[in-house]
Amino acid sequence: MNNLKKEKNIKLLQGNEACVEGAILAGVRFFAGYPITPSTEIAEGMARRLPRLGGKFIQMEDEIASMAAVIGASIAGLKSLTATSGPGFCLKQENIGFAAINEIPCVVVDVQRGGPSTGLPTKPSQGDMMQARWGTHGDHPIIALAPSTVNEILTLTIKAVNFSEKYRTPVILLLDEVIAHMREKVEIPTQKDIEVIDRKKPTVPPEEYLPFKPDSDGVPPMANFGEGYRYHITGLIHNYKGLPTSNSQEIDAFIRRLHNKIQKNVKDIIINEKYFLDDAKIALIAYGSVARAAERTVKLAREEELKVGLLKLLTIWPFPFEEVNRLAQQVDLIIVPEMNLGQMVLEVERAAQGRCRVVSYSRVDGELINPIEILGKIQEEISK
Amino acid sequence: MKTVIDDYIREEMFPHMWCPGCGNGIVLGAIIRAIDDLKWDRDKIVMISGIGCSSRITGYVDFCSMNTTHGRALPFATGIKMANLDLKVVVVMGDGDCSAIGGNHFIHAARRNIDLTAIIINNMIYGMTGGQYSPLTPTGRFGTTAPYGNIDQAFDLTSLAMAAGASYVARGTVYHVRQSISLMKKALDKKGFSVVEMISDCPISFGKMNKMRTAVEMLKWIKDIAVSKKAWENLSVEERKEKFVIGEFLDIDRPEYNERYNEIIKKAQKMGGNE
Repeated sequence: MNNLKKEKNIKLLQGNEACVEGAILAGVRFFAGYPITPSTEIAEGMARRLPRLGGKFIQMEDEIASMAAVIGASIAGLKSLTATSGPGFCLKQENIGFAAINEIPCVVVDVQRGGPSTGLPTKPSQGDMMQARWGTHGDHPIIALAPSTVNEILTLTIKAVNFSEKYRTPVILLLDEVIAHMREKVEIPTQKDIEVIDRKKPTVPPEEYLPFKPDSDGVPPMANFGEGYRYHITGLIHNYKGLPTSNSQEIDAFIRRLHNKIQKNVKDIIINEKYFLDDAKIALIAYGSVARAAERTVKLAREEELKVGLLKLLTIWPFPFEEVNRLAQQVDLIIVPEMNLGQMVLEVERAAQGRCRVVSYSRVDGELINPIEILGKIQEEISK
Repeated sequence: MKTVIDDYIREEMFPHMWCPGCGNGIVLGAIIRAIDDLKWDRDKIVMISGIGCSSRITGYVDFCSMNTTHGRALPFATGIKMANLDLKVVVVMGDGDCSAIGGNHFIHAARRNIDLTAIIINNMIYGMTGGQYSPLTPTGRFGTTAPYGNIDQAFDLTSLAMAAGASYVARGTVYHVRQSISLMKKALDKKGFSVVEMISDCPISFGKMNKMRTAVEMLKWIKDIAVSKKAWENLSVEERKEKFVIGEFLDIDRPEYNERYNEIIKKAQKMGGNE
C-alpha cells in the first residue's frame, strides 16, 4: 500500500482541494480572491501553496477587485485563477467581459450554491448555468466546464487553464457545493504526465506586432506586458492594434472572430461521457453532482430492463448541440434532471429540434437529486 | 516644433477626444515630462486607467497601457505589479472613477502600500456623461444631477490616502504645472503607494453649470482656490470654504506590499512541504 502510494500519489481530497492541485499542476501562479462559501477552501489552499512555488496570492477587498487583479496578473505573464460562488460570480461579471473582449486567459471557479441572492450558502445548486453563459453583457464567447467527481475537478481544472491559454479566453469551472465539499480518492498525476499549454507568443519584432491580429486559428499571439511589446488594451471594441474603433466592418469582424475562435474548435473543447447510450431509447442528460445520481439511475433502470442511458456533460458551454441532436434522433425521450427550474433543458430542447420528447426534472429545495427519484420520473414518463 | 511629448505619444490616436480647454492634456503633458526626467525604460512602464474622459489618457501614450473597467484601475494594476515587480505601474483616474465607484479600491491600495502611483485628475464633475456631480464636487456647486445645488460634502482624497496608509501624497493643479511635474516625479520614484491629486478644469461640463464657461475663467478660479500650506493656516474657516492646499503632504517610508510578500515566499519555502 505504501509503495502504491509512493508510485501513484493517491490522496483523499476534498473537491476544492483537488481544484488547487489541478491549478498548480497546470501552472497557475497567481490567485486573487475574496472569502465566500462554499469556495473558500480554494483560496485557503492557494494562500498556502502558491508562495512555496514563488507564486502570489492576494485576498482582495472584494470580488470585483479579485477578478481585476487576476486579469492584471495574467497580462503581466502569470497564469491566474480566482474562485467564488453565486453572489461573487455576479459581481465578477463585468470584468469577465473585459477578459473576454481582450482575450485574457484566466479561470473563474464558481462553486454553485442555492440562489437567488444570498440564497442557500451551504447547499448545492445548478442555478448558475445560464449566468456562466450570459452573465456578462454583450455577445461574447465562453467556455464552461463542469466536473462531477473530485478526480474530474482536478483534471478539468487543468483543462480549464489549458483552454484559457490556448484560446485566450476566460474559462468558467462550474462546481457545486456537494462535489466541492465531498472527499474522494484522487490520483494526483506527476507534472510529466499532464499536458500543459502556454499562450502563444508573438514571433515578430515589436514594431511589427499587431496584438489583436489573429493567426489562422482565430487566436492572436499574446505578448505579456513588460516583454518589450508596447501596446494598448481597452474594453472598447478595438482594431488589430488594440486601439478603439468605430468602423462597422472592423467591429463586425472582431465580434465574429471572438465567437468563431471557440465555435470552430468545439471538437477540441467539448468533452462528454456516454453510459449505456448505444441501445438506449431513453436518455438522461446531466452534469455535476446530478450526473452521479443519473449514472446510478441508469444502472437501476437497466436492472429493470429499461433501455436508459446517460450523456454526462463535462463541457457545458459551448453546448454540445450536435451531440444532443444526434441523440434526439436515436431516443424517444430525453430527461434532463437539474438542480434549477430548468436551464439546461432549454438548450436540450433547442438541440433536439422536436426529434424526440424532452422533459425536465427540477429540484430547487437545496437537496441533491437522488437516483430513485430520477428512476421514478422515467417510470412516470413511460406510463404516460 | 517637436517637444519631448511627441516622443511618447501614439500619434495615430490624435486629434484627442477631449474638449477644447480641458485640463486632461496638461496633466498628460506633466506626466510625460516627469517620466522623461526619470529616464525610465519605456518597455517597463505600464499605464492603467478606468473609465471617463481622463481615462482615455492611456490610449495616447506609447507604453504598455490599459483602459480598464469603471473604478477598477487599481485592482488591475495590483495584479500587474504583483506578477512582475520590474514594471513601473502608473494609474490615472478621474475623480468619479477613483472616489465613487473605485473608492474602496483606492483605500485598500493605500492600505497595502503597494508600489503604484495613482494620479487623480479631479475636475470635480463627471465629464464624459455630461456634467453630473461627483464625490469631489464642492458643496453648493451645480451639476446636471444637482440642478438645485450639490448638498453632498466633498471628499478630501489626500487626507483619505494618508489615513489609509499611503507613502507619498501630494496635490497639484493644471495651473501650477511646473510644481506638479516635480510632485509627480517624486511620487513616481517613491517606493510604495503614491498619490498625486491634480485639480483640473472642465469648462464644458463643470464650467457651464457654474458660471465659468471658458478655460481661462476656470484656470483663474483654480489659481484662486489653490493655496499653499502656509497661506491655508492663516485663513479663517469661512475663507477656507472651497479652497485647496497644494504641495506635498506626506513623504514617508513604510513597508511596501511586494517586499512583504517576498518575505512570505521565503518563509513558506523555508517551511517546505507539499501540501
